[in-house]
Amino acid sequence: MLSRRIIPCLDVRDGQVVKGVRFRDHVVVGEIVELALRYRDEGADELVFYDITASPEGRRVDRDWVERVAREIDIPFCVAGGIRSVEDAREVLHAGADKISINSPALERPELVSEIAEAFGVQCVVVGVDSLRDDDGEWRVRQYTGDPSRTKALRRRTLDWIADVQALGAGEIVLNCMGTDGVRRGYDIEQLRAAREITRVPLVASGGAGTPAHFADVFRDADVDAALAASVFHSGDIAIPALKRELRAQGIEVRV
Amino acid sequence: MRVVLVDAGGTNIGSVRYALQRLGTDAELTADPARIRSASHVILPGVGAAAPGMRRLREAGLVDVLRGLTQPVLGVCLGMQLLCEGSEEGDTECLGVVPGRVRRMPDSPGLRVPHMGWNTLQASAHHPLTEGLREGDTAYFVHSYAVPVGDYTLVASRHGEAFSAAVGAGNFMGMQFHPERSAAVGALLLRNFLSL
Repeated sequence: MLSRRIIPCLDVRDGQVVKGVRFRDHVVVGEIVELALRYRDEGADELVFYDITASPEGRRVDRDWVERVAREIDIPFCVAGGIRSVEDAREVLHAGADKISINSPALERPELVSEIAEAFGVQCVVVGVDSLRDDDGEWRVRQYTGDPSRTKALRRRTLDWIADVQALGAGEIVLNCMGTDGVRRGYDIEQLRAAREITRVPLVASGGAGTPAHFADVFRDADVDAALAASVFHSGDIAIPALKRELRAQGIEVRV
Repeated sequence: MRVVLVDAGGTNIGSVRYALQRLGTDAELTADPARIRSASHVILPGVGAAAPGMRRLREAGLVDVLRGLTQPVLGVCLGMQLLCEGSEEGDTECLGVVPGRVRRMPDSPGLRVPHMGWNTLQASAHHPLTEGLREGDTAYFVHSYAVPVGDYTLVASRHGEAFSAAVGAGNFMGMQFHPERSAAVGALLLRNFLSL
């Protein structure tokens, strides 16, 4: 049986792992390779590294730490941030990343999704979607969320964008629900269910994990393939081995 | 022992090389036919699509070189698919050293393609490559095409229907999952390959 995946997310700024609340006010939580190894040892199924400053500053992911991580860890990892071309993707993939995730640059130029999918296969193209519910009740996409001063609200509806990027060749979707991110009251089940309805590729829930029950809820009620979280893991409030034991006790297939 | 990684442009070459380094083996990255022929172990990594994968092998003049190898050869992910007779992906003729044709994995509600994540391995034949593999062991998969189950299947896995997670035909072996990203289980299987 295919396991549901638990994915610690490491936001990277200037070569260190940081974490903010609702995408703002970042504090340093640790060194990249050290944290990557800690999560590997604890049983993380995969890791995601977001270079949160790369996209707004118009610069690329720094390749050195990607290679350091690739040398040390033996579980898959995905790198996001500032990948704007097939060449950028090639560089990160050749440095040892298993997947690349594109977010703001895909909104600037959607064809980027198909260009990377054609060059390297859909399996390594993850599209990250930052989404927030507007006053009219619609979920819409946000761009450049790594830097609050540059974050833009777009007209594009989140569900339309998910359908578009799938058609273009996205192999996986990470839906970051900004309204629930960092406040630990649970994943945005309503939005994730709506996304699940239209997503045939793997769907990763992001934003809102606070307790092990939140993970169980999102797997059971939104049928997501993976759940991503940052602060609860960085703080030690949730230990991955205990989380997996609890999920397994609830009949949810996980790798132990 | 001299291990070579066939440099045919696959993007997981670095990760496979690092995985071998963690096992204490420094593999040479090469597209030189003489270096490949004289190696003790040959690994064909690969990520991407079948047609460009075969095109790169043809352009590097490696198709007949690989077909003619007699030492242990391991294809990883797309590399395993390229060992087969052909692939539905882009209707591609492959190396044909392992029987079977690669097929698109069927998707249906609740069954996502690409098949992505950790899945259970089921050894279906006794083989030195799978020595020490235990019931319930899992490996990391990322693929949309798969080799059906057949006589050449060494390890099966299931995503909707059963497919070959590892194959073997004489000195040619393949792993559909990524041993370089499958933690201790992946290391075990790579070590088994190196000890052949």
